[in-house]
Amino acid sequence: MKRKFLFPALALTFFAATAQAQTEIQWWHSMSGALGDWVGDITKDFNSKQTDYKIVPVFKGNYDESMTAAVAAFRAGNAPHILQVFEVGTATMMASKGVVVPAEKIMRDAGYKFDPKSYVPAVSGYYTAPNGQMMSFPFNSSTTVMWFNVDALKAAGVSTDKLPQTWPEVALASAKLKASGHKCPFTTAWQGWTQLESFSTWHNTELATKGNGMKGMDARLVLNSPLHVRHIENLGNMAQQGLFIYKGRAGAAGATFESGECAMYTNSSAAYAGISKNAKFKFAVGTLPYYPDVAGAPQNTVIGGASLWVMAGKKAEENKGVAAFFNYLSDPVVQSVNHKRTGYLPVTMEAFKITEASGFYKQNPGTDVSVNQMIRKTTEKSRGIRLGNYVQIRTIEDEELEQVWAGKKTAKEALDSIVKRGNELLEKFEKANKS
Amino acid sequence: MILSSDKKVIFQSKWLPWVLIAPQGFIVLAFFFWPAGQALLQSFQQSDAFGMSVQWSGLDNFAALWRDDTYLESFKTTALFSVLVAGLGISLSLVLAFFADRVVRGIWLYRSLLILPYAVAPVVAGVLWLFLFSPSVGLVAYVLDKFGISWNILLNSAHAMTLIVIASAWKQISYNFLFFLAGFQSIPKSLVEAAAIDGASVWQRFWTVQLPLLTPTLFFLLVVNTVYAFFETFGIVDATTRGGPGKDTAILVYKVYFDGFKAMDLGGSAAQSVVLMAVVIGLTVLQFRYIERKVHY
Repeated sequence: MKRKFLFPALALTFFAATAQAQTEIQWWHSMSGALGDWVGDITKDFNSKQTDYKIVPVFKGNYDESMTAAVAAFRAGNAPHILQVFEVGTATMMASKGVVVPAEKIMRDAGYKFDPKSYVPAVSGYYTAPNGQMMSFPFNSSTTVMWFNVDALKAAGVSTDKLPQTWPEVALASAKLKASGHKCPFTTAWQGWTQLESFSTWHNTELATKGNGMKGMDARLVLNSPLHVRHIENLGNMAQQGLFIYKGRAGAAGATFESGECAMYTNSSAAYAGISKNAKFKFAVGTLPYYPDVAGAPQNTVIGGASLWVMAGKKAEENKGVAAFFNYLSDPVVQSVNHKRTGYLPVTMEAFKITEASGFYKQNPGTDVSVNQMIRKTTEKSRGIRLGNYVQIRTIEDEELEQVWAGKKTAKEALDSIVKRGNELLEKFEKANKS
Repeated sequence: MILSSDKKVIFQSKWLPWVLIAPQGFIVLAFFFWPAGQALLQSFQQSDAFGMSVQWSGLDNFAALWRDDTYLESFKTTALFSVLVAGLGISLSLVLAFFADRVVRGIWLYRSLLILPYAVAPVVAGVLWLFLFSPSVGLVAYVLDKFGISWNILLNSAHAMTLIVIASAWKQISYNFLFFLAGFQSIPKSLVEAAAIDGASVWQRFWTVQLPLLTPTLFFLLVVNTVYAFFETFGIVDATTRGGPGKDTAILVYKVYFDGFKAMDLGGSAAQSVVLMAVVIGLTVLQFRYIERKVHY
């Protein structure tokens, strides 16, 4: 008999505890190291400024791991409230009907003012659905830039007053570096992102039809245009001459720049944190190189990074908490602080102005390069890239480009193959997500 | 329970044997047959990542594989990889077990050291070998460079294949070693001694006495190592080459893992795993039919 009394008592204490506690909001993210500390600090700041909600950040491994974890959790009915998803997963998230609640709706429902125009167009556009609704909250956005080892360039006799800005200039500087005995004049991280995707928008050229997939799921790759072939051919030739040394997929090249092995490389602007910490030489950042004879270049580069998605099926009270957190993150002052701390782009124009007014860009030359590449009026061809099965397409890009660097395929053959294989995946995605 | 003359255990109770195999049976059902059934089901479906819209797509997933030249190409890659891993793993461990069997003093030390790698997870094994063979920081790469060999796993397919074969075989050597050592030790000493008295050299004793008696072990390990190379090596590939350069080290199971767990294309991944399952079942049947005939129990 004793047991019977125990249960209600237990239940009572349990309910009493939850009634008093704040509403907890689970946030699954993929920020480790210094960026993990940053996430911790943001949530601490938000939690201390109000008492209704408590954001609980949970590190769930790198981007693809946390997304896989969220998929499994969603299927089992215990998804987090907020999920940080990398830009590559955007199309997948958008196409999954009933899985997410648009960020814009969350904020409007909770009564916050939401002005899509206040956001940097190239950033918000990336996460905006064809019907004009902003689907996810842009959290950490970076873009592609060129990093230089100034000491190495000087030693090779390359002028460092005016750093190489175009591909012909990059080739010339690489040749000088090689002549001076440098083993790795130029390399790149994230080759699909930097040399195909951002390359396309930077030259105002389509990577895929339908505005790079921004206008519909029936987009198909067209990255075998003469301009693309020209660029990959150029890099292929540089690889054969030992001017471009391939250092692996994803961000593998980063370590070779930081160690001084490679003198120039294209990577994310967010590489700043690692380089400033590890590089024992003077470094500089420049815009992504372009071909000066191409009309419309340079346009704008494309973003990378991640955004925050609100998972569907949560209580109204919890959704309100999410909205309050997003409202906090939208604050221009908070944004400016985050921008200065991480090197990620400011997400609103206001935050950019505050940062500029604070003199940060003058004190830290080069930190505005990425911002200037982004705060331009975007075109239909440069607004963003949204392709289904994107993770697999990126891998196909890696596989085919490697054949060019190894001299096994011509640029045209490799790009044709990316288009053929990629389009099969796009067709498959379109079929799987037919509403 | 009685012991019959040919030493087979015969139960008189009808239900006791079923009860005794029930736990193992349950495990096999829950962790093998159920997932395999799921995979079979999913291979005929197309769905989005979150499983919100699931459609029956018939043989579409298989047709897509058939159309994909690179998928067919990866059969060759897998065949080469499996032959190398099984061959290298089995022959090296046979040699090691042969010598360990002859060690008189400190056998426990050799044994422990040789068994140790089996406790290492595949991904960790991959990373360890990657450190040694990485073109930028690897010790082996550095030494090879000194000898004028420009080692580059990023663009040279042969180099990349060498790396994953070594890492995969190394992991399996311990397991094989254990079985071979037990095999050597179960060979009656009198047989080997008799051969020695007849004047057989060490090599002759190995070749004509010990090896024939080891054929059951050899056969068992051939099956196990083939299955290992086909199924359990994705962690090593993921940690080292990620299937590159190009697709030259993208073995079948790696693509199953990548498409399913990284790219979240469950239908496509399931179809591949069904194909892979069929291949391995086919191989095992072949091995039992044709190779087992040469085994002396």
